[in-house]
Amino acid sequence: MANKIPRVPVREQNPEVRATNFEEVCYGYNDEEAMLEASRCLNCRNPRCVSACPVNIRIPDFISAVAAGDAVRAGEIIAEDSSLPSICGRVCPQETQCEGSCILGIKGEPVAIGKLERYVGDRGLREGRKAETAPANGHRIAVIGSGPSGLACASDLAKAGYEVKIFEALHKAGGVLVYGIPEFRLPKHDIVEREIAEVTRLGVEIETDVIAGRTVTVDRLLDEEGFDAVFIGSGAGLPRFMGIEGENLNGVFSANEFLTRANLMHAFDSSYDTPIFTGRRAVVVGGGNVAMDAVRTARRLGAEAVIVYRRGEKELPARVEEVHHAKEEGIEFRMLTNPVRILGDVNGRVTGIECIEMELGEPDESGRRSPVEKAGSEFRMECDTVIMALGTSPNPLIASTTEGLETTRRGCIVADEEGATTREGVFAGGDAVTGAATVILAMGAGRKAAAAIDRYVKNNKGN
Amino acid sequence: MYKIVEKERLAEGIWRMRISAPRVASSALPGQFVIVRADEKGERIPLTIADYDRSAGTVTLVTQTVGYSTRKICALEAGDSLADLAGPLGHPSAFVNEPLEELRKRRYLFVAGGVGTAPVYPQVKWLHEHGVEADVIIGAKNESLLIYTDEMRAVASTLHIATDDGSAGFKGLVTALIDELVGGRGCRYDECIAIGPMIMMKFVTLTTARYSLKTTVSLNALMVDGTGMCGACRVSVGGKTRFTCVDGPEFDGHAVDFDEAMRRQSMFREQEQEANKKCSCFEKL
Repeated sequence: MANKIPRVPVREQNPEVRATNFEEVCYGYNDEEAMLEASRCLNCRNPRCVSACPVNIRIPDFISAVAAGDAVRAGEIIAEDSSLPSICGRVCPQETQCEGSCILGIKGEPVAIGKLERYVGDRGLREGRKAETAPANGHRIAVIGSGPSGLACASDLAKAGYEVKIFEALHKAGGVLVYGIPEFRLPKHDIVEREIAEVTRLGVEIETDVIAGRTVTVDRLLDEEGFDAVFIGSGAGLPRFMGIEGENLNGVFSANEFLTRANLMHAFDSSYDTPIFTGRRAVVVGGGNVAMDAVRTARRLGAEAVIVYRRGEKELPARVEEVHHAKEEGIEFRMLTNPVRILGDVNGRVTGIECIEMELGEPDESGRRSPVEKAGSEFRMECDTVIMALGTSPNPLIASTTEGLETTRRGCIVADEEGATTREGVFAGGDAVTGAATVILAMGAGRKAAAAIDRYVKNNKGN
Repeated sequence: MYKIVEKERLAEGIWRMRISAPRVASSALPGQFVIVRADEKGERIPLTIADYDRSAGTVTLVTQTVGYSTRKICALEAGDSLADLAGPLGHPSAFVNEPLEELRKRRYLFVAGGVGTAPVYPQVKWLHEHGVEADVIIGAKNESLLIYTDEMRAVASTLHIATDDGSAGFKGLVTALIDELVGGRGCRYDECIAIGPMIMMKFVTLTTARYSLKTTVSLNALMVDGTGMCGACRVSVGGKTRFTCVDGPEFDGHAVDFDEAMRRQSMFREQEQEANKKCSCFEKL
């Protein structure tokens, strides 16, 4: 019988302290807390959480194992469906997925599935997971990109006996986990690097500084370097701008630039050479997780930091926990507000932003009520930095240099459910196919593609 | 790690390095650049490729010590390694993809300024190897800062030198020499390609506009990744925002907003000056 206690609170860094450092906000559950929280699960006969999970992790089963004190077994259950539990436990939007459909959430608080997944993942990383690989089958697969989809694809293929090589464009592996998501939400050394080490432990080789489409082409990988198939998991890295006046002033950055400087290049650490600038007051435009990451980074670098978002608070696409944390850290939220132009001084430096108030009108194609400008409501805010966090789209570099690889009007690579593209032997998954989405969807797509690549090679390349 | 095979001082503060980078060497074409990181804590900075040798698997980079990161790179010696060298990035020069029979009917004028002379070299060399005529103007403050004159003489149809103080060749700015060649002597060119400091490229385009001479420039904007991810290298070309890294680095010089481009280059000037104070360790340079 399930324990009828309230949700076990998770320990976090004090907001006032953490707003000045880059250490992780949330400490996660210890063994006792995890077992106690796990005891709340009702073990539903028809678990709604499982169908709400993008990769259908057997949630009640792993939670039962945690409740029984068997974190190793819990890790094995999760591993059947997910290769990155420490990461997804931290960054999945649980409130719209597993936890959002937990029965306990109807009258009270749902089971803290994300925190339990994180607990299981971290235990696994600390204690080392079992990694069994099939004997080498002599086939070689190239994986482009070392983000969530590439890592998941590479790891499944390596376990199945393939020789896998990942090509990463940047100097460090991890993709968005390294350049995009900040340290305070996803620690690099303790979590991301260890997850990657799990993948290389399986024999996967990672070559950095290789820009697919420039340093090598997909054709060269297939025709000259002897790979039997290629998986493209190159993500969605191109930033969008608004196209408003003043956007090229000094002090206007894409969130990608701002976060890459801080995360990948460690600009917050003065022993590193890369510069970063926030000024006294930073305005971040957007309402997604990337906007929250940027605004909280600006805050930690010492700026007053403001979110400007054109819809209302209910419509914020960011994880609820990130919005909550941002507010605790003193971030100002200006909802139903949209920039009209960015103001600068004679030297071309940002001095402020002119915005207009919005109200919500009829629902648009995304089902959200679309914001409409309130005539005559323009106002100005002073700031030194404007950071645009308006979403990203896939980089055209690979598609434009690969014959026969079709893309959609929005630049996404066309691929079927299994990841097969319009080019034989070339598979794709993650944001490169869907446009900017979540880590777990990318991870799931990488695993599906790994299975499809296995079938393709067995059917076409013999043994 | 990318080993420095050879290092040579070309002029005060200007160093040439041949670096082992087989993948980059095998794909590089004239006009492209690489992103370089000196060490684990280094910045990613873009440098235009000055030459490449596919069989030796090396690329040549010429770096001028203008700030902390370039000093850090130039302080490395032959036998040392760069942490990263990624590329080739950006589009190759447009002529690389044009039919040779068309190119051979044309005559190019290259205008090279200071350290920008180095990336002009692979372009002129490529044209020379493909039987296309190209005259070259190399400009520098004075004779001691001239680089690549011998290499260039071997591949250029005619090489002109301009120095501000007249210590070598024509006395005056490259723009005055363009006036002399095109306006004075009536030399006919089908296209001008200018690479050098932003301010030089700006005035070259103002000069060539008077002769309706199509002019291509190679921009050296600030970058982080160099692959289209960050947008630090935004530049206005013909009123549209373009990314230097993926849309360039070469653009129609007459459409580039140089004042904005120069201003954007100075985005981190204060931090750079601060970092420069750390430079005492590289004093031997």
